[in-house]
Amino acid sequence: MSADATKIPQPAKPGVPISKWLPVVLIAWAIPGGGHVYLKQTQRGALVGSATIICFLFGLMMRGAFFEPQTGDLLLTLINVGGYIANLMTGIPYYLATWLGYNQPDVAGHVHDYGTKFLVGAGLLNILNMVDAWEIVTGEKD
Amino acid sequence: MPKVNLNHMEASILLALLISVVLGVVTKKSDKDRWNYGLYCFGCFMATLFGLGWLMKLGHG
Repeated sequence: MSADATKIPQPAKPGVPISKWLPVVLIAWAIPGGGHVYLKQTQRGALVGSATIICFLFGLMMRGAFFEPQTGDLLLTLINVGGYIANLMTGIPYYLATWLGYNQPDVAGHVHDYGTKFLVGAGLLNILNMVDAWEIVTGEKD
Repeated sequence: MPKVNLNHMEASILLALLISVVLGVVTKKSDKDRWNYGLYCFGCFMATLFGLGWLMKLGHG
């Protein structure tokens, strides 16, 4: 008998209202680790938030470039729009850097290249933080 | 903002460390599992880093 056949159907969980999880996800987006801190998960918030911020700061210090939402062929669109979305996902640190005039052009060199990846990586890490905060507030996780 | 110049190895290890911390924290439920998974991820990053590094060295001569 396969494992699927032995599964007992579980009743669907009642949905968590959007008014409960949306503020948490927005805080988690705006301030890396902020969603966890808001949910009283201070230690986890400090760990994931500091890892995200350190990644972002190293990206800036390595003079990485922010992506622009350029379109063209499929690959160009995928890279630039995807990179732009990942940059936006860092939240306030991204906007702060932009407002303070950080505007590094995309130049050749492995340090700049790694910096760009660190900036994108910070955004991707923050997406993981947002998903984790969402899972906590919806009761999927402790 | 000071400028830092990390070489390939330093940048890769730093990125692997930061990603491993977040993956360990967000994917597991107990502190022990988080440590184990974080270390496992870091080990996988290092194995890939050195494996691909040697592959490229051997490929390029």
